Amino acid sequence: MSILINKETRLLTQGLTGSTGMFHTKQAIEYGTRAVGGVTPGKGGTTVLGVPVFDTVAEAVDETGANASVIYVPPPFAADAILEAAGAGIELVVAITEGIPVLDMMRVKSELAGSGTRLVGPNCPGVITPGECKIGIMPGYIHAKGKVGVLSRSGTLTYEAVWQLTTLGLGQSTCVGIGGDPVNGTDFIDVLKMFQADAGTEAVVMIGEIGGTAEEQAADYIQEHMTKPVAAFIAGSTAPPGKRMGHAGAIISGGAGAASDKIAALRGAGVTMADTPSAIGTAMQSAMRQAGVAARD
Amino acid sequence: MKVHEYQAKALFREAGIPVPEGVVVTSVDQAQAAYEQLGGELAVIKAQIHAGGRGKGGGVKLVRSVAEARQAADDILGMSLVTHQTGPEGQLVKTVLVEAGCSIAHEYYLGITLDRRLGKPVLMASTEGGVEIEIVAAATPEKILKAEINPLVGLEPWQGRTLAYGLGLPAGAIRPACAVFKQLVDMFLATDASLVEVNPLVLTPSDEIVALDGKVNFDSNGLFRHPDIVALRDVDEEDPREAEAAAAGLTYIALDGSIGCLVNGAGLAMGTMDTIKLAGGEPANFLDVGGVATAEQVTAAFKIILSDSNVKAILVNIFGGIMKCDVIAEGILAAAKEVGISLPLVVRLEGTNVDRGRELLESSELAIISASDLADAAAKAVEAAAAGSPA
Repeated sequence: MSILINKETRLLTQGLTGSTGMFHTKQAIEYGTRAVGGVTPGKGGTTVLGVPVFDTVAEAVDETGANASVIYVPPPFAADAILEAAGAGIELVVAITEGIPVLDMMRVKSELAGSGTRLVGPNCPGVITPGECKIGIMPGYIHAKGKVGVLSRSGTLTYEAVWQLTTLGLGQSTCVGIGGDPVNGTDFIDVLKMFQADAGTEAVVMIGEIGGTAEEQAADYIQEHMTKPVAAFIAGSTAPPGKRMGHAGAIISGGAGAASDKIAALRGAGVTMADTPSAIGTAMQSAMRQAGVAARD
Repeated sequence: MKVHEYQAKALFREAGIPVPEGVVVTSVDQAQAAYEQLGGELAVIKAQIHAGGRGKGGGVKLVRSVAEARQAADDILGMSLVTHQTGPEGQLVKTVLVEAGCSIAHEYYLGITLDRRLGKPVLMASTEGGVEIEIVAAATPEKILKAEINPLVGLEPWQGRTLAYGLGLPAGAIRPACAVFKQLVDMFLATDASLVEVNPLVLTPSDEIVALDGKVNFDSNGLFRHPDIVALRDVDEEDPREAEAAAAGLTYIALDGSIGCLVNGAGLAMGTMDTIKLAGGEPANFLDVGGVATAEQVTAAFKIILSDSNVKAILVNIFGGIMKCDVIAEGILAAAKEVGISLPLVVRLEGTNVDRGRELLESSELAIISASDLADAAAKAVEAAAAGSPA
């Protein structure tokens, strides 16, 4: 079991003919993902990596029955690509693109509200259900099939955590990168809800960072609704206020967003905190032991 | 991206928002001419630097004569203005804004920023103008009125009226205030701004509404569609190393410690800094080489780290996903050859092509301290930096 994606997922790549889209779609196919087509306006009718390319998402959906889409479109056109996918009825859109203007994302969020489309990202590594389906730019080999759900605002820090879990013998049900931007399609609570409801997930690793108050809200949710053990790490304890730490969302401003507040909130909600990224795997292990969940598959 | 007050006010004026008449000058003589041009009565001389808190630092002065105007301009131009936002060395003042004085009946606060939880901009207004809004927000949050803005629509007229009446403005000022609210929101949306603040927004005795101060920040991801705003950039206000890094496609933030960091990914870079701190050291910087760095970018990154004389050891932490470890290793070797790395270099590689990367480094002549994981790397870097620092 898993959340969001599985071996039945039929994936479309928007921006397939660009170098990034092509490279990662090739990797996804090698991983076993059912890539059914690509979309690049003007390149319809061609075939790339053995899959058909279409001019529009609507056409691609009609022809292939795709139900998920991944966006590798450059920032100026990415918001439009997301809305096109939603307009064509795609259920899950994963936006990898980094550098989309915040205003574009605010408009996308307003338009998607109430639609049947879930957006993950942007500026995220993607979503992977190990052994079944990989959508995004994460290296496939570091993952193992299992029962720990992983959710994160970061990219490489997620790989670090996943690698530790895999090394400790803790496989993953699904790993979701929600992205490092201030406005994103799916937040921590959305994913926590899905993990809590998923029979294949028995424990959860959450990786947050400075900026905003999403981790504090997640802590409230965990306190009230999560029965599964949660371990977490918050990056940026040493970051100075007012400086944007790479991600557009990672900035302590106006007294909000400091790591210490987030850590205190999560700890208060019963989450096992890792002091450093190196301790994420062992924090999960000890949280699982405490909760009586077998720490090995 | 930040701009100066005078640039923000030019944008306000363009948007139809009333601002005091003013002239930007760079010399005492020009300041005198500007003062005379503005009528030779009450005027304000304001230092133009990006940091806030200029008044407390002595960068804003009221003047009532030519002599006072000259004196104030002379005091402010060329000073290193220290505020709570500049750091102890301060920021050199090269330009001042000479502005006509304004009669004030009341000072309000007006601001627009992104509410991340809502995923929308929020227009905020308060009767407590002229003071730091963070203090008002913490002590008396009920004194901040808010309107959520639908980014597809902009500010609705009823939202403007609700704020204007909520502030208790006199009847004659309601209409002008609503106009200013709408114009400010339109400007925010049209320019990809990330923050707009007018503090204070002034009510005059004749019921006019005037933006007495102005602060605008822009979303750097939106700048590609605003060449006119990019042209407002003042590189003298930026850290030269941060600007150099940005030009090379890297993200660099200078910090105070002794351990230079080179990491791929923002989250992992922050996590690396945190690990160094927990191991008893202090990071000298945040440096994210991004997802797909080239050997040239890695070399540029090393140059920037080495230009900081506080650095006593360097920690490279790479989790190769898309980024291949052998590419990083080649970059390290190329950088060592080109710039010469004499400082202790601790390297932790993991991920794609890790074996080839490690092999490349081991077979080189560089004295590299290799680390098995992040905790090990941090401990070794802290030790090396301590050994390299004078006791």
